[in-house]
Amino acid sequence: MNFSWIFSYWPLLAAGAVQTVLLLVISVGFGFILAIGLALAQVIGPRWLKLLARGYCTCLRGTPLLIQLWLLYYGVGSLLPMIPGLRASFLWPILREGFFFAAVSFTLNYAAYEAEVLRGALLAVPKGELEAGRSFGMSSSTLLRRIWLPRAIRIALPTIAGEVVLQLKATPLAFTVTVMDLYAVAYKVRQDTLLVYEPLMVVTVFYVCLTLIITRAFKIVEAQVPVRR
Amino acid sequence: MTRQAAALLVEDVHKSFGHHDVLKGVSLSAQKGDVISLIGSSGSGKSTFLRCINFLEIADRGRFVINGEEIRMKCGREGRAHPANWRQIERIRTGLAMVFQSFNLWAHMTVLENVIEAPIYVLRTSRKEATEQAEALLSKVGLYDKRHAYPAFLSGGQQQRASIARALCVDPAVMLFDEPTSALDPELVGEVLKVIRELAEEGRTMLLVTHEMKFARDVSSHVMFLDQGCVEEEGPPAQVFGAPLSARCRAFTGALSH
Repeated sequence: MNFSWIFSYWPLLAAGAVQTVLLLVISVGFGFILAIGLALAQVIGPRWLKLLARGYCTCLRGTPLLIQLWLLYYGVGSLLPMIPGLRASFLWPILREGFFFAAVSFTLNYAAYEAEVLRGALLAVPKGELEAGRSFGMSSSTLLRRIWLPRAIRIALPTIAGEVVLQLKATPLAFTVTVMDLYAVAYKVRQDTLLVYEPLMVVTVFYVCLTLIITRAFKIVEAQVPVRR
Repeated sequence: MTRQAAALLVEDVHKSFGHHDVLKGVSLSAQKGDVISLIGSSGSGKSTFLRCINFLEIADRGRFVINGEEIRMKCGREGRAHPANWRQIERIRTGLAMVFQSFNLWAHMTVLENVIEAPIYVLRTSRKEATEQAEALLSKVGLYDKRHAYPAFLSGGQQQRASIARALCVDPAVMLFDEPTSALDPELVGEVLKVIRELAEEGRTMLLVTHEMKFARDVSSHVMFLDQGCVEEEGPPAQVFGAPLSARCRAFTGALSH
């Protein structure tokens, strides 16, 4: 076992960890907001919106994330430069990066999974509690904001925690579109030093630590409303 | 004789679910300070009637004047009536606090948060004012010590008292009780009835759907006996319980008092 390379590679490892965490935070953050919209569309939307949202979730959950990422990166990515003026705009430095495409496709994919979880949770909120809200004169939007959504998210929290960990473990796919995430760093170390196992073991430790942090954070949030078992 | 404005005037309410006619023309008028009990066997329509009053169920037909304000209805397809303006319904509901059989406290909030929710987010009271008011009400129902507990950690009786405090905190013109003690263990019924009795004695206008006959006889100013969607008998408690005119009512109150 040879770990001497760590001393020269730690800045790269740290940068890789930052990229991984960024991808996770962006995709979970934006994905969750999108998921709320998709779940509501499926639960209370008009028929056409319901079908649209359901179709979206089925398609994105039914195809491999790698394929979605590549379709976006090689497909949409090759079309973007044809939009007049885009290459000259201030957005281009972001839009030409693999990171952008990885973040977008992870967000879209995460939203599809999370929407299904939230849809179930919204339906699991006891009807009586919603009636109580209405009986006090709450408008639909107040009811949603104060009772329905917070209650549904609490119900879904344990599942969401699991989904976030799964999402963390999906991030190495970003390596295939030139993002220097944790896994990409391990790959580079292997190429430079011809060490196969050591870099993989180091990034494994990183992933385990991140998972521990995620589960710990969710435990704390869940504990805010104690549940009687 | 000067006639006070009715706190609640409901006329000729009809409601059916599918082909089943649950209410076949029920009317009610309540003056300020009245305590009206609705009694009757299960399925007689009394809970549905109560839910029609705050529009948790939409009556197919009927006229509603609540706190002096008439609800504007429009006729929809299939000849059924709908509220013309849901904003009006939302406004009216703030004056009609409901206490449910299954409490329906919001499980993600503490008792205190449950009580201050509607004052803050519907009535736009300041948090400080709502909290002071809520704490006073929680003391009144004997739950001040439990104000930071979550509903799941309370007994049924405590939960129902919390939900009464929640209803009181919007200072409603009329309180609607939908079988408030039916989901409680027998030994917990008393503590809830005691609170409701205090409210009756304070002169709160209340509509009470209940199976507690003795309680209804003691606190009510007026009792309505519903049977198969119609008012079969109504009047002062002494009449309905003591000398009912209808045979059905006699059978019902007789069966329960023995």
